[in-house]
Amino acid sequence: MSLNEILDQVRDLPPPRILSNKPRFSDRIFRGIVTLGGFTSLLILGLISLFLLYRGFSALRTEGFGFITKYEWVSSINSDGTEGEAASTYGVGAMLVGTIITAIIALLIGAPVAILAAIYLAFYAPIRTRKFLVSVVDLMAAFPSILFGLWGLNVLMDQGIYVAELLNKYLGWIPIFQVPVPVFLRSPFIAGLVLAIMIIPIVTAVSREIFAQTPLDRIQAAYALGATKWAMIKTVAIPYGYSGVVGGAMLGLGRAMGETVAVFTVLNIVYRANFDILLGAGGNLASHIILKFGEASSEEIKALMAAGFVLFLLTLAVNLLADFIVARTGKRGK
Amino acid sequence: MIDKSVREERPVMSEPQKIQPSSLADVAASKFEKQDNVSAAYGSGLDARNIYAWFGKYLAVSDMSIYFAAGTVTALIGPSGCGKSTFIRTLNRMHEFIPGAAMSGEVFLHGKDIYTSGIDVTKIRLKIGMVFQKPNPFPSMSIGENVLAGIKLAQLKVPNKNELMQDCLERAGLWSEVKDRLNQPGGSLSGGQQQRLCIARSLAVNPDVLLMDEPCSALDPGSTLKIEETIGELAKTMAVIIVTHNMQQAARVSDYTAFLLSEGGPGKLIEFAPTREIFGRPKDIRTENYVTGRFG
Repeated sequence: MSLNEILDQVRDLPPPRILSNKPRFSDRIFRGIVTLGGFTSLLILGLISLFLLYRGFSALRTEGFGFITKYEWVSSINSDGTEGEAASTYGVGAMLVGTIITAIIALLIGAPVAILAAIYLAFYAPIRTRKFLVSVVDLMAAFPSILFGLWGLNVLMDQGIYVAELLNKYLGWIPIFQVPVPVFLRSPFIAGLVLAIMIIPIVTAVSREIFAQTPLDRIQAAYALGATKWAMIKTVAIPYGYSGVVGGAMLGLGRAMGETVAVFTVLNIVYRANFDILLGAGGNLASHIILKFGEASSEEIKALMAAGFVLFLLTLAVNLLADFIVARTGKRGK
Repeated sequence: MIDKSVREERPVMSEPQKIQPSSLADVAASKFEKQDNVSAAYGSGLDARNIYAWFGKYLAVSDMSIYFAAGTVTALIGPSGCGKSTFIRTLNRMHEFIPGAAMSGEVFLHGKDIYTSGIDVTKIRLKIGMVFQKPNPFPSMSIGENVLAGIKLAQLKVPNKNELMQDCLERAGLWSEVKDRLNQPGGSLSGGQQQRLCIARSLAVNPDVLLMDEPCSALDPGSTLKIEETIGELAKTMAVIIVTHNMQQAARVSDYTAFLLSEGGPGKLIEFAPTREIFGRPKDIRTENYVTGRFG
């Protein structure tokens, strides 16, 4: 309908009155403050990404698309400032592979545990147990990652190696479980295990929240039809919570991709694209940046900034993907 | 969620009396027009005896005994807060889902108390279906899947699912409206259609008793009329128990009417009689005041 048509329709009617709602001065001040607060995260995120892009731009321009596909990271300047023999070349491909592999391992192990935990907390746990466990999960989410890293290195590693050896022995015919040399220490698999533990709280919290919102009338409808608790959860709660759980899992994936210290502590950081997840070598973008940063030349710093920008884009992409999945599946069960 | 032990520990206000055929049921059976029908199906009615229901320490329903004969529609009427919904929810053990809820008394189906310890509650709810105030089809399922949801949830085996689906939708008076769109989501229907879908859904598991908790209160008059027609059809094969705020509805659909009142304390059964008598010549002055609109 065009504007004219609309105008034609309303021609005979009285014109709508202008409704003014002029806020008071104090109200406007407060509005300004909360608006500022609302845009702060956008502002900071924008400034950080601009900063990374600005500082890393020259490296990105030199390397072009190869920056994210190349498996080489060679600096021509040694840490003592002398000129090295090889020409500089920067590509984060290998670390990108490591980032994705460790994060996916974390998701595959962590998400099922978290979802089961969420179902228990939402539907099975007695009220006191639930309250207690929910605060434990929140505490776990705020737990410093270095402590996860240290624990992973000193305690979880031994158990992880045993599992890794079993996987290699019985499922070794699957390419990713092969190892060229039997070094199971500090592998992407172990790092993924630690990351899995780190993402459990966020995935649990988000999933539990959405399960707890399952409409009571649907739950009652299922019970009134002779459903057992499990049948009710399968038919009512899981379809309802599906999108929220996917969203939570994606948040966990994003966290696993960006994790620095725990991976740096546990994983044997070697600059190579390691698809053999049980082999003790590899890294991720964040751990690569922290490893190189202290002794980098100014040229390499630029490349690291560019690597940071790539990491930013990657986590952004994961979150956009999460939004897309949630929006697409959100209608089901709602 | 109520633990059985909680129920047993609760001080029982009055020990369930030795079972004698409920006098109310006798009255109902003797005065009921379709008497042959009733006596034939006598065993499959629902017999609630000395029901008390608590929410925590609050006693909501006190000493209610009603026999619901198969082949009849019984309306539960009374002002808000008189325990109608609470009482009806003790009849299929939905009451105990509310944290802190407890009950005392017995509910007999096929001569067996549904609160007997060790009984499979899910099987009880298959035999005693329920339709809620707000239509609540499963939005993740199609219309057809909604009808068969109970079969799936309780993992029942049926020889011909399509036949059953059609049969249930026909009995709920919805078949002609949805037969060409069985694959569309249940939420795509209007409110009245959704409620009839919920009725069809509860019929699919072949219940002996159907509890309806104000099934028409969220619906327009046209849909209400359709559902009332459906109720009349259903009562040929089962006992229908309907909670309603609408006295005209009670008068239209029910064979028997129970008037409940709380009078500041727990809800009590004031009068139970054939609907004609409740509305024509009630014995209790409180019933008369209520049905003539003098209060409530």
